[in-house]
Amino acid sequence: MGSGSGEKFHALKGVSIEIPDGCIFGVIGRSGAGKSTLVRTINLLERPTSGRVLIDGVDMTTLPAAELREARKGIGMIFQSFNLLSSRTVAGNVAFPLQLAGWSRSAVGDRVRELLELVELTEKRNDYPAQLSGGQKQRVGIARAIAAGPKILLCDEATSALDPQTTRSILELLQEINLKFGLTIVLITHEMSVIREICREVVVLDGGCVVERGTAFEVFTRPGAPVTRELVSGFMAKDLPPQFADMQFFPKPASEDIAAGLNIVLRISFLGDTAASPVISGMIRKCGVDANILYGTIDHIQGVPYGMLVVELSGESSERSAALNYLRNFNLELEVIGYVRRNASVAV
Amino acid sequence: MSGAMQALLFEAFCDTVFMIVVAGFLAVLFGVPLGVVLTLTARGGLKQNLYFNRFLGVIVNATRSTPFIILMVAIIPLTRFLVGTSIGTTAAIVPLFLAALPFMGRVVEGALREVDGGVIEASQSMGATPFQIVFRVLLPEALPGLVGGATLMLISLVGYSAMAGALGGGGLGDVAIRYGHQRFRPDVMAATVVILIVLVQGVQSAGDLVVRLIRKRRGIK
Repeated sequence: MGSGSGEKFHALKGVSIEIPDGCIFGVIGRSGAGKSTLVRTINLLERPTSGRVLIDGVDMTTLPAAELREARKGIGMIFQSFNLLSSRTVAGNVAFPLQLAGWSRSAVGDRVRELLELVELTEKRNDYPAQLSGGQKQRVGIARAIAAGPKILLCDEATSALDPQTTRSILELLQEINLKFGLTIVLITHEMSVIREICREVVVLDGGCVVERGTAFEVFTRPGAPVTRELVSGFMAKDLPPQFADMQFFPKPASEDIAAGLNIVLRISFLGDTAASPVISGMIRKCGVDANILYGTIDHIQGVPYGMLVVELSGESSERSAALNYLRNFNLELEVIGYVRRNASVAV
Repeated sequence: MSGAMQALLFEAFCDTVFMIVVAGFLAVLFGVPLGVVLTLTARGGLKQNLYFNRFLGVIVNATRSTPFIILMVAIIPLTRFLVGTSIGTTAAIVPLFLAALPFMGRVVEGALREVDGGVIEASQSMGATPFQIVFRVLLPEALPGLVGGATLMLISLVGYSAMAGALGGGGLGDVAIRYGHQRFRPDVMAATVVILIVLVQGVQSAGDLVVRLIRKRRGIK
């Protein structure tokens, strides 16, 4: 907030983003980073004090009220709290934007039927929002948002109120809509997992500024800005799972003698194609070390594998150095977490 | 109690109901738009206009804070102008309406304020005009609150109508004063009180029932 009189608080500053047609575009940041403000300037629910919002070359900020309303009909929006009309049934909610646009009764009926089929809520058509689960409510929200055939769909934390499984089904639906109708989707979220699931391109917002942008894969695997690293690490479980809490790590030993009695615990992050190749077995064969895999995850970001292994290496120190050198030949991220006593049991 | 007295009470009851129904109907008819205007022009409203809002608010508050008995006497010239007389049930409708109108306006304003801002925002994002937002979003969404408010307004009208009766307005209040009080008929007094209690209870129950039915239909607990 502005500290003195006359000093203004800028929710967003110097943000310049171009969103390609037909793309699922993610905006991520911590709460208060200005994500919501950014997405709401697109349909001018929030009017920027300066700057332009160009949609297909038309500057939204210059449109008079009536034209702005028309333009908004080409931009659907879904919300974290769904914002359905409690006074209307599922079908009535989906029909709402069509009625606003002056569709005939029969055309509305046909379109609503079609949409409810798409979002798999045909049986719920006469239910009221209060009778639906969160996921169902968001499906109604999506059907309503795309009813009038917009070119753009804005998602304001659309899955943040949903459990992981429901989130997944909603994201699948969004992906389906994106493919089927070529709809451009702008999705804001604080959940990295949402970005990973469906976004092709991402910008990271922090303090109202864009701090990073790129494809989802780039941002995930090579996070540059501190805030991105923090968001990615939280999601990627860079920290060891709780089972390792009891493990006693020693710092890098002062002498080879001490080191000989200890095993090295390594964290290996796999990127892209490397994940598929049998790095670990190669290392064991070529270097004669023993490798005990303590923990591992493999994820796919936009279809590209990304994994992380925690490995305990034992063997002669020369063998271990060879193993480390061997691993460095690959496109891997390598980190020595620490040293542990040999035969220290880890309950994993 | 004699048959004549019973007939008198029944007639008075009908007069009271007539006053309340007509004044109440008019109060809803004009009170809803008043509440809508108060809501739209308030800070953060769709048609924010603080000067107008304050101006209207002062008038509403002034009318509401004038005791009914004084309001009724004060507007006798207006009543005469509109109805031709200031005595009788029809004449009583004018002050009853004027007392109920600002009450209804505030009640409507309160009910509309309860409508989730997100829903209004969603409607705006769909390109709804302010007119469409009022009629297709605000009023339907606030319907249970509006019915509850109208119930409150009708009940306060029952009280006002008794007062109006004492000032020549007819109805149960009139009977209570003229027969129960001035002619020392405690049985008549008691009867009017009982009828008024039953009337208030009836209005309240009916209002509650409607609210409950709407909410049940919408699946709201």
